[in-house]
Amino acid sequence: MQWETVIGLEIHAQLATQSKIFSGASVAYGAEPNTQACAVDLGLPGTLPVLNEQAVRFAVKFGLAIDAHIAPYSVFARKNYFYPDLPKGYQISQFDLPIVGLGEIDIIVDGDTRTIGVTRAHLEEDAGKSLHEDYHGMTGVDLNRAGTPLLEIVSEPDMRSAAEAVAYVKTLHSLVQYLEICDGNMQEGSFRCDVNVSVRPKGQEEFGTRAEIKNLNSFRFIEKAIAHEVERQIDLIESGQKVVQETRLYDANKDETRSMRSKEEANDYRYFPDPDLLPVEISAELLAEMRAELPELPAAKKSRFQQQYQLSEYDAAVLTVQRGLADYYEQAVASAGGEAKLVANWLMGELSAALNKSSCDISQSPVSAERLGGLVSRIADQTISGKIAKQVFELMWSSDDSADDIIEREGLKQISDSGELEKMIDQLMAQNVAQVEQFRAGKTKMMGFFVGQLMKQTQGKANPQELNKLLLAKLNA
Amino acid sequence: MTMYNKSLKQLSTSLQNKDISSVELSQYFLERIKQYDGELNSVITLNEEAALQAAAQADKAIQAGDAGPLTGIPLLHKDIFCTEGLRTSCGSKMLDNFIAPYNATAVDKLSQAGTIMLGKTNMDEFAMGSSNETSFYGAVKNPWGLQTVPGGSSGGSAAAIAARLAPLASGTDTGGSIRQPAAFCGITGIKPTYGSVSRYGMIAFASSLDQAGAMAKSAEDAAYMLQAMSGFDEKDSTSVNRPVADLVSGLADSIKGLTIGLPKEFFSAELDDAVRSKVDEAIDAIKSAGAQVKEISLPNINLSVPAYYVVAPAECSANLSRFDGVRFGHRCDSPKDLEDLYTRSRGEGFGEEVKRRIMMGAYVLSTGYYDAYYKKAQQVRRLIQQDFVNAFKEVDIIASATAPSTAFTVGDRTDDPVSMYLSDIFTIGVNLAGLPGMSVPCGFVNEMPVGLQLIGNYYDESRLLNVAHQYQQLTDWHTRVPTGFEQE
Repeated sequence: MQWETVIGLEIHAQLATQSKIFSGASVAYGAEPNTQACAVDLGLPGTLPVLNEQAVRFAVKFGLAIDAHIAPYSVFARKNYFYPDLPKGYQISQFDLPIVGLGEIDIIVDGDTRTIGVTRAHLEEDAGKSLHEDYHGMTGVDLNRAGTPLLEIVSEPDMRSAAEAVAYVKTLHSLVQYLEICDGNMQEGSFRCDVNVSVRPKGQEEFGTRAEIKNLNSFRFIEKAIAHEVERQIDLIESGQKVVQETRLYDANKDETRSMRSKEEANDYRYFPDPDLLPVEISAELLAEMRAELPELPAAKKSRFQQQYQLSEYDAAVLTVQRGLADYYEQAVASAGGEAKLVANWLMGELSAALNKSSCDISQSPVSAERLGGLVSRIADQTISGKIAKQVFELMWSSDDSADDIIEREGLKQISDSGELEKMIDQLMAQNVAQVEQFRAGKTKMMGFFVGQLMKQTQGKANPQELNKLLLAKLNA
Repeated sequence: MTMYNKSLKQLSTSLQNKDISSVELSQYFLERIKQYDGELNSVITLNEEAALQAAAQADKAIQAGDAGPLTGIPLLHKDIFCTEGLRTSCGSKMLDNFIAPYNATAVDKLSQAGTIMLGKTNMDEFAMGSSNETSFYGAVKNPWGLQTVPGGSSGGSAAAIAARLAPLASGTDTGGSIRQPAAFCGITGIKPTYGSVSRYGMIAFASSLDQAGAMAKSAEDAAYMLQAMSGFDEKDSTSVNRPVADLVSGLADSIKGLTIGLPKEFFSAELDDAVRSKVDEAIDAIKSAGAQVKEISLPNINLSVPAYYVVAPAECSANLSRFDGVRFGHRCDSPKDLEDLYTRSRGEGFGEEVKRRIMMGAYVLSTGYYDAYYKKAQQVRRLIQQDFVNAFKEVDIIASATAPSTAFTVGDRTDDPVSMYLSDIFTIGVNLAGLPGMSVPCGFVNEMPVGLQLIGNYYDESRLLNVAHQYQQLTDWHTRVPTGFEQE
């Protein structure tokens, strides 16, 4: 039997506000437990939520970026359940009237573009954390995270493979950072994924029974968890069993999913409109203001890069994944006198490798866009060769000096002067008559010997094109 | 005149003329509480030491010529308002050990106006009750008849004012909890338009209905107090952002030409005949001051009790979820697991009425019942609101009895929740619509007080108080003191 996988995703993006969604407490990550929870976050009696306007603006921005319907009127609802890290005994979320309605987003997998529907995106508060270790049979509760603003982004079940799901997550991950509404830090939980997976015989219209896999915090885990889950479901069905609708947890250490709770145990959340909060009304003015604030989005930037810088689709895609990287690229090109392709190669090659090695983000790069542009300029005008440029780059990485200063100081300027090169060639040929004879007898591989010797003599500074040209002329003479 | 029966204005004048200090006045009322409250049980927690310190501060302000009309005036707060450093029990075992680290905004505003908090008054547990019999701290007695209830849920505040244990007391009104006890105890109480007084720090029962207000001997005293506690609060999203109206300067205005609407549905079979005749007399008095009367109809008002007993429990079922034994309040001994912690902490901490309403609320919000109950009740609520809106196109004020009967006997209705709920049939619609309403004393039936309910249009508290004050210029019911509490 041929099976088709159906995947839908729920993504929780933590909004990059200063304070919580319903209180003035800070949302900074990593503070001592319970030091960033005020009376409202603790759910003390008599306290009331007040909506953080910034969270609303961020949600609107997101909606505009995916071409979604922005609800002029949306409502916060209480989702009722008991858990120690849920202080009020209900989570303030949005239910039947979310702020962002139907939208869509394009993803690219293996060069093909697919449009994925976004069902809705709604605002809600995060819960605290239950700490089960270190308390010897008891549970510790840290409410620092309680009340942190989240945008829950729900997709249509439009994805058909793990690769598509990962592409979708990466696209959204890039988008929310472009919009500067989420820092995208997956380790710290700022961007979390729940994946709904089901399988059905190829050609069947009806969906299979789905399982939800919770809290996947890396692209790799998403891919592995889906692959594992699909296999598990197919095995079940093929051995005559049934997939149960349930919530499963991915264990990265064992690379498997395991059951958390089944639908039968599922809560009745008894949603109802929160009477402590007024409905959220979005004015035409706010919409216009947010629209004006939208940056150039990844897809638009990518096609502009292809056009303006004559980049391949692949290069343009890599360079526009991160807004910071794209900005860096454009600055570097400007400083390199428009050497777009060369800058792209250096950014994706040498600079990326160095950044990776020292676990740096582009924003933390020790070599600024201007300095990298300066270096590329010197390659372009043949002051140095690409090989020498790597030496210069290493020196730039560990200092604040410009490429020009380093080239000057270290005497790395390329020898392109034909008179000087010819003199060296003549000398070398005179010293190695036997090798010259061999070449002339047809052993053209000897060319490498001469180039190597000359490069050694000049410490790599000889202009390779010039050298080749002159050498060939003399050897063939 | 005896000190306890002086009006707020008279007390304020005495303070500013230095006839008496705020410390002396506070001591005087603290003594009355100690003398009389043993049998009334209207106060849960006294605030003696801090009150006297605050009074000394008030005296300094008076000395410095820096005093307003409320500076140095003692009052009591219903124990639903959070008070920093002083226990806030909400009448429940659940919060018997709870000390809030903040003040309710209403408490702050009244303190800033210079009032002296003598203590916290008894109430139905979490404001759920109409007789003040559901309190963990025991029933409150009505000073007009110790075998009768004071009404609820602000029964402690009403009884304390009736017995003249303080000049002013705060209350909250979700379905009549200021007006019904005010009627039963023969005092004046006003619940303003929803959103007028901040709900911040006021422990929530039903958030869309809860509204704080003032309880006092007279409309004039209540006007001063309400004005001081009203106003926009950015900590409460449902608080209304508009300037606080001047509630005092219009009190003396003539009511000539005003139209008083009498809803025929409120003068029906449910209304006790003797109570009705007192209300009729009161309306005659208001007519004699130049107002005219018009019969009106509120066609959907008979649905207000059922709608209320869906909406209020639904909201309370969620509002009371935070009392889970995890962070504050009552926690059961040695829970064996999480489930046990929840069920025993809540089972032990809450009383019967509270549990009943949480269960009703959870039921009406459940999948499959939401549309039939909660959604339907909200639709009914809008109809009731529209009835009032239509009525106020024709009339300036609506009048009725506050409650269908006078105070009933302690224990009479505790086994029959529905009969208890029906004691609020005339008051509940006002909360569903979010309108201002008040109760003023209008006579006695078998020596028990009767209350006249006056309902105003949105934000029309000043007219409401004006009518009440003018009525109180013609009558002296509000000056009567129950037998046994007259001793100076």
